[in-house]
Parts: sequence; structure tokens; C-alpha cells
Amino acid sequence: MPSIPAIQSQPGSNGTRTPHRISGAHAVLQCLVNEGVDTIFGYPGGAIMPVYDALIDFEGQLTHILPRHEQGAIHAAEGYARIKRSTGVCMATSGPGATNLITGLCDAQLDSLPVVAITGQVAGFLLGSDAFQEVDVVNSTIPVTKWNYQITRPEEIGWVFRKAFFIANSGRPGPVVIDITKDAQLAMVDFHYPEELTIRSYLPHNKPKQSQLAAAAELINGAKRPMILAGHGIHIAHAQDVFRSFVEKTGIPVGVTCHGLSTIPNDHPLFTGMLGMHGNYGPNLLQNEADVIVAIGMRFDDRVTGLLSKYLPDSQVVHIEVDPAELNKNVRAAAPVLGDAREVLEALLPLVHSKSHPDWVARFDECARIEQERVISEAIVPTADGQIRMGQVIREVSRQTDGRAIVATDVGQHQMMAARYYEYKGHDQWVSSGGAGTMGYGLPAAFGAKYADPGREVVAFIGDGGFQMTLQELGLCAQWNVGVKIVLLDNNYLGMVRQWQELFHKRRYSAVELQNPDFVTIAKGFGVPGRSISDPADVVDAIAEMLAHQGPYLLHIHTVKEDNVFPMVPSGKAVSEVILGPEDLL
Amino acid sequence: MKRSYTITVFTEDQTGLLSRVVGIFNRRNLNISSLTTSASSDVSIHRFTIVVEVTEEMVVKLVAQLDKQVDVLKAFYYEDKDIVYQEIALYKVPIEVFSNGNEVEMMIRRHNARVLLIEPEYVVIEKTGHEYETEALLTELRQVGLYEFVRSGRVAIVKPMERLNSYLQERKQEVNN
Repeated sequence: MPSIPAIQSQPGSNGTRTPHRISGAHAVLQCLVNEGVDTIFGYPGGAIMPVYDALIDFEGQLTHILPRHEQGAIHAAEGYARIKRSTGVCMATSGPGATNLITGLCDAQLDSLPVVAITGQVAGFLLGSDAFQEVDVVNSTIPVTKWNYQITRPEEIGWVFRKAFFIANSGRPGPVVIDITKDAQLAMVDFHYPEELTIRSYLPHNKPKQSQLAAAAELINGAKRPMILAGHGIHIAHAQDVFRSFVEKTGIPVGVTCHGLSTIPNDHPLFTGMLGMHGNYGPNLLQNEADVIVAIGMRFDDRVTGLLSKYLPDSQVVHIEVDPAELNKNVRAAAPVLGDAREVLEALLPLVHSKSHPDWVARFDECARIEQERVISEAIVPTADGQIRMGQVIREVSRQTDGRAIVATDVGQHQMMAARYYEYKGHDQWVSSGGAGTMGYGLPAAFGAKYADPGREVVAFIGDGGFQMTLQELGLCAQWNVGVKIVLLDNNYLGMVRQWQELFHKRRYSAVELQNPDFVTIAKGFGVPGRSISDPADVVDAIAEMLAHQGPYLLHIHTVKEDNVFPMVPSGKAVSEVILGPEDLL
Repeated sequence: MKRSYTITVFTEDQTGLLSRVVGIFNRRNLNISSLTTSASSDVSIHRFTIVVEVTEEMVVKLVAQLDKQVDVLKAFYYEDKDIVYQEIALYKVPIEVFSNGNEVEMMIRRHNARVLLIEPEYVVIEKTGHEYETEALLTELRQVGLYEFVRSGRVAIVKPMERLNSYLQERKQEVNN
């Protein structure tokens, strides 16, 4: 056995040993079984063939799902990871198989999703020879992975997989790539899977420090106009319940980030809306008036902060975050608290005073009233000339699913509309590409989410642009009869790009109009039934029909061609310069 | 204000880590002034010594990002006053420059340089010191004739005692608690 750096396992005291030698390929799959994996989203090819061959021997233990493109595999794994909060596994062959995963790796990295991607590699003796389908996967994926490793000897398989799964779903979760040469898959090995593992260079679990908690509590207790910014970290830490108790005890109004949607129900009196470029008016505008900001499991992304130099001018920031590199990265924290959101909030709860801030909260209510009047009232009804607006559809889906569906989206206007107009009432309802903004994410991620939890309704809002990036995965939905309800919001445009061109490029529309196919016919060709509507009067009935259908379904909705998402914090402006309509730009 | 910082990174000895470390600088469009990798006092720990010209705000973020890498044990940064450091320069000069009086001999004496190798066509001179010192000798040798010049990256020992060891001890206690 080669020396194994940095892994301390008590020899012989635990772990799995096979009584006889097995192939590296079998070892790979045995590792997955040991990790509790039941599903692999993957696509076969030359350099991963031995693992696919071994897969037959794992029937009943591992289900393999074959999408129509490797990008579909990794987005499905991401959707699965988001809903199960366990590690999604995807697999591809070398070269183009591996590079097709890269967009999804980037997506998982930016949205902190635990994914393990296994890629086949040419045989060790061919490395660096420009062999058929050879690409340097380890170097290609460094910037988009939390960790990656190339296995060239079967003896490495056990500890590398053990380490990979530990890294992917601990601390701040993220994607890990394991590249494994074909000869390492074929060679025989005395398999050993270490059960216990510590990595001395990676200790992701930091218990909250008393001194940090005390400093945070002091700021919170002394605040006059405090505001909470709630992020994805609350979901990741399963902290929703203690978060709600914290909000209710402190009486602090909450703005959520995009991935913080459904951390607290929309109808909660202290929920003020979404932050960010297309977030709600109140939380954007009033952030800059807060004296204390309590940021929980969020990273002050530029879409949230707007112009950083004019962000939170008078606030002292309490930043509760599991990733030490995020503390003081974009916004200086007066009271940083390093730790898991749930553990920190549980420890902080007894230290904070019961309070209410009625005058301050009333200001958010006033902003909500203004936004309702100037934006929302119009956005959720048809146009005057009888065309469907996206907001109308989304609000109706929200009503008919009682605000409890998992909402998957692609990227663009429909995504922001779904974030804004669906009324979230549960937990873990948002499956969307936030940090990376990956078009084509919606359909495969919705598949992964529905597959992960078939008992929950999954509605995928997708635009006509993004849909055409990965619509081949209709075949995946049909093959597995996974009942994703696709609401295709078709404005015949790349709507978000068009909106920017309208507002900031003098209506010089450049490469945004699409000649679209007959989507319902395409879906039918894949074996997915559907219906197309363009009359606002059909919306209620068509949604009911879609939701009543067992299995996947496409509801194709022609919406008004030119519509804009407001409010908006224009790029390069401060959050307090949020506008409610194009007239505010003047 | 930008100034020169020396970053020391203690890591596991793992293939591919160099790319990951360098990538942290590349993606921020930062130029690495010098980079040296070597063993450390602990046989199992590898060490990078990296010199960059950045603001303090940036060096703090760089160190945070370096620390975040799974196979990095710990990264530290120092100003020049907190470290003792050296670089080595080698100069290959034509043998003829020694035959016109004692100018080059005096140069070598003055700079505390030394001759490593004498061949029929050339002589190899070595000088250790800070960059400005090796640079000064370079300027003078250029006047008389020079075939080749090379300078190593910075090697540095920090003045405060054993930060890595005390860090590792601390972590060990935290884990055991």
C-alpha cells in the first residue's frame, strides 16, 4: 500500500474490507454503496466502461439514470442534492464527457451544493499523450471544485471516495471531482474503505465561539432598526425552525436572498420580501437605513449588495457564516460568528432579548403597499389588451399548489417572476441556479428534485430560451415517468437580455428574438403530454389540468412579448436607488 | 497601498496543489513576484513561499482563500520586516572578462559573491541576498559582459516563533473537545 497522506484511520478497527480482490471499478461502486448513495446520474463512454460493466453487478443497490447530455446529469444531481440535502452523484466519461460537466460544477460551486462527479480518464500510461478523449480534467476543474483528485492506482479508491464525500457535504458544501484512469478501474485490489476519517488540513466544523456569540447578541440587543438577511445557509443547516424562533423572539424584519426563499413563509408578519437586483422594494430600500444587519448563511453576492461602496453605510453587521473565507470578504462584519447556522442560532437564541420594532416594521409594510400598488397589482393580472403575464401564471400556480410546491426555475425573467410571485409557505422549495445563472438548469434540476422527493409537487417554470438548451431531458422525464410539471413561459424573446437592452441600450435589440418550435408537439414526440394557451381566461383551467395529470406534463403559455421585471436595482447603483418602473430611470 | 507581502502556505504534499494555489492568484489577475516550493521542518508538510505586491486588504483575502483549500493546512502573510529572506542569483560570464585587469575580481569581492565553476569559455558566479543586491551585481556584470543570469524565488524564515505548530496544536484541541 502506498503511504496515505493526512488520513488517520484506526487500522482494522472499522471500515469495509472485501474478503477477496475486486476490480477498481467494483471498488468505486462499493464506495458509493458504503456512502449510502442509491442513484447515479451518468452517461457512459470509453474511459468509464469498466465502471458501467460493474454496475450490472450492483443491480438493486444502485440505480443509474441516463440523461441525454452530461449537463443534464449534473443538473439533475444538483436538483437531487438540493432537495435531499445529501450528496448528488454524477458520472461521465473522459474528454467531452467530463467537460460537459463543467458548467454544472461551476453552478454547484457557486450555489454550495454537494455533488460528487466521477469522470473516467484514459489509462495512466497514456496521460499527457493527447490520447483519444483525453483532457486534463483535474486542471480544468480546479476553479470549479471544492476538491478534486486523479486516481491512478486502485489502492487509492477507498480513501479518495471517503474523503470526497466528506468534503462535498461538510462545512460549506460543494462539488468534488474524482478522475479515475481506466487502468485503475480495471486493476484488481484488496479493497478497504475507511469508515473514520479526519483530514488535518480540513476541519470544517467550527463550534460557535462564546466571545463571538456574545458580541453578536450585544449588537442585536442594542439595535434600533435591525434587519435580518437570510440565505441558503439556513436551508443547508436545516435551521428553519430555530431561525423562525429567532426572528419571532427578536422581532426583526427579514429579507431573504434568492436562495433564502422559503426559509420563512412569505405570509409571516416579519417577512419583508426578497433582496437583490429584482427583489422587493422595502428590503432593498431600507437595508441602507438599518443600524444592525444580521446576515445568516449568505455571502453578500453582488446581486444582493448592488454598489458595494454605497452598501450599508450606517450598519454594523453581524455575519453568521460557516465559510471563514466569506467573513469580511465583501462586507466588513462588526461581529462575525463562524459556524453552522443552526448551531449558531440555537446558541444565540437564549442570549437575545424579546423585542418588537413596530415603527420600523411599519416602514417595510408601507414600502410593500407602494410596491403592491405600483408593480405587483399590474404584474399578476393580464395586460389590458388581453395577454397573459408571467406573474398571473405564477400566482395562480401558487394558489392551486397552496404555496407548497417545489419551484424549479431556469434563468431569466421567469426566474425572477417565480421568485417574486410564488407565495412560499414551506421549506426547501427553491431549486434554481443563483450564483452561476445557468440557462438550461431548470428541466434537469426539476427532474432531480422530483426524483429525490416524488411525494412533493414540483413545478418547473422555464423560459423559451433556457428550455431549448436542455429540452432533450423531456426524454428523461418520460422514460422514468417523473412527474415534473413544466410551465413554459414563452415570450418569444430572451426576455431578461431584452429588458436590459430596452432599459440600458436604448432599445437596440441585439440577438434576442427566437423562432420557436411547436413545443407541445416536441413534448408529445418525447411522450410528454401538453397543452398550449394564450388566452388569460384559460390559465386557471390549464394549470388545474396540468396539476391533475399523473406524470410529466408541459404547459406552454404564450405570454406578453415585452414585459419587464420590476423593481430593479440597476447594475452599478446602490440598493437604495431601487426603481419601481422605467419612469424612475429618468 | 500596495506593498510586498510574503505568503507562506503549509500544505499536504499532493499533486496538483500547485495549480490550485496559483489559480487563486491568477483568477484575480495578480502577478506572483516569486514562488518557491520546498519541504518544511515537518517531513509530511509541504511549504510554498509566495511574494506578491498587493494591498493589505487583498493579501488578507488571498490568505483566506488559500486557507479554504482542502489540502492547505494554514497560510500566513508577512511584511518584509517580519521575515528574514534570501534569494540566490547565478551569473554566467565569459572567461575573458577576468583577463583585463582586476575589475571583475574587485566586483566579486565588493558584492560578497563567489565563483562556483570555471570552464574554458565561462565562469559561474553565485550571489545570495535581497533582490536589490543581486540586481546591483547584475547591472555591473552587464557592463563587462554576461552570458546568462538566473535568480531564484524568495526563501524566507519568519521571525515570530512557530506559528504553524501552535496553530496545529490549537486545532487538535478543538477537535478533541
